[in-house]
Amino acid sequence: MATTYDIPTKQGHVEKQDNALIVAVKTLRKSFGSHRVLDGVSLNVTRGETLAVLGRSGTGKSVLLRLIIGLETPDSGSVCINGQDIAGLAIDQMGTIRKKMGFLFQHAALYDSLTVAENIAFPLAHHRRDLSKSKRSDRVEQLLAEVGMEGDLSKMPSDISGGMQKRVGLARALALDPEILLLDEPTAGLDPISSGEIDDLILKLQRERKMASIVVTHDLHSAKTIADRLALLDQGKVVIEGTFEDLQQSDIALVKEFLKQS
Amino acid sequence: MSSLSKQRIDPINTAVNSSMGRVDGFFEWFGNIGLFFWQVLRAAVTPPYEWRELIRQLDEVGSKSFPLVCAAGAAIGVILSLEARYSLTRFGAKSMFPVSLVYSVVQVMGPVITGLMVSGRVGAGIGAELASMKVTEQIDAIEASAINPYRILAAPRIIACILMLPLLTLVADASGLLMGWFAQTLVEPLSFQQFIESGFKNAKLNSFLPQTFKTTVYGLIIGLIACYEGMSTRGGAEGVGRAATKSVVLGSLFLILSDVVLVKFILIVFP
Repeated sequence: MATTYDIPTKQGHVEKQDNALIVAVKTLRKSFGSHRVLDGVSLNVTRGETLAVLGRSGTGKSVLLRLIIGLETPDSGSVCINGQDIAGLAIDQMGTIRKKMGFLFQHAALYDSLTVAENIAFPLAHHRRDLSKSKRSDRVEQLLAEVGMEGDLSKMPSDISGGMQKRVGLARALALDPEILLLDEPTAGLDPISSGEIDDLILKLQRERKMASIVVTHDLHSAKTIADRLALLDQGKVVIEGTFEDLQQSDIALVKEFLKQS
Repeated sequence: MSSLSKQRIDPINTAVNSSMGRVDGFFEWFGNIGLFFWQVLRAAVTPPYEWRELIRQLDEVGSKSFPLVCAAGAAIGVILSLEARYSLTRFGAKSMFPVSLVYSVVQVMGPVITGLMVSGRVGAGIGAELASMKVTEQIDAIEASAINPYRILAAPRIIACILMLPLLTLVADASGLLMGWFAQTLVEPLSFQQFIESGFKNAKLNSFLPQTFKTTVYGLIIGLIACYEGMSTRGGAEGVGRAATKSVVLGSLFLILSDVVLVKFILIVFP
């Protein structure tokens, strides 16, 4: 049974916090200009759990991930990582928290002037200066083997396919052995076979590493495969949150429509 | 209000709102670049230091600008030589040619031409490179990997510009004086030794050193504007082009404007 303990918040209150809770998002609001993207979103993720955030394009799913890793600042609400509110943290303080997180961008965001091996070695070179060059090189090969990309070390990102870029991006996200993995549309733009391979890879990594994961996707089949719980976003709000069976049993019209169209 | 009055007032309202928007945007730009500079300064003075990246940028900014700055300095030297000879001959002051060329190149044209050449080459390059990284989320990926992008991207580039500008200015000065002398010698033989002795006769260190080291301010302006425009880009390929253009245009403009202040400052401090 999870134990609870008191957490003092910045507002001077005291909240009970579950020590298995690793990501806690509370009433997040975010607008870009006059366009309200998130309107009071609250979500929790516990250790070892995978939460899929579903929704139509433009419902703020990627913005939610960017808020969780601190690349955007919310207008109101809070994001707590391991019990620590990340609001107002300086970039170097936020860096301490980000070392425990891995992020796979929608288009992989590989460094285009570096080779595949150099891309994966990049976070290791900065945060694991204790490792010798040969140990770092071994670690890079191990990570590439984990994602099925051995033998492609010296290729440039422009020389590999979209699916391979996602695998390399995933290997880079895992370089520092994160506790939390954030994946932004991991199967977007991939053919069904490659999508299935990425899903299988994510499942395998979750089983082996027992990370908490938040996967943003519009692909219901992928979400069903890899997630323990699903949350459906619409017009900036969480419409429903639960298992796939909970969604199937829901009477909410939007949920039925989403399941029908997917 | 009559419809005729409204027809007269609406364009005026639009013009006033548009102008106020531009003024707001102007001050907002200064505020944002000030905040950006503060972030870079904090990152630059706190460890870990990115020495390897700094050395790479010193090469990019310094060694790779050498041929361009050399050529530009040489061209300026020839132009000034031709113009100076014509003017001085007209006023019966041909003997003043060496000192006139030395002072023109070292005090004014050498620093400014170096700054403008580096703004064009380095400013555009930095602006485009960082803008391209921004629109492809590479800078976000750096930040998500718990690496400070101000420390690894902006600080080494700005520091490299600050350190390399005075050295490149010396290169431009040397090239300008050499080619200026050569252009003069083709018409009226004058030994290089005689040229240098006449040109630097009665010269003091503070006649030339402040003008050379003021280019560190040029370097700061070029590097800061290029890094800011690159790292705050939005809008895909169009945004990258806009960032590169703004880096060069604003870098060059503020470089020239800063020279007004720097020249006055030097004249006061080093009379």
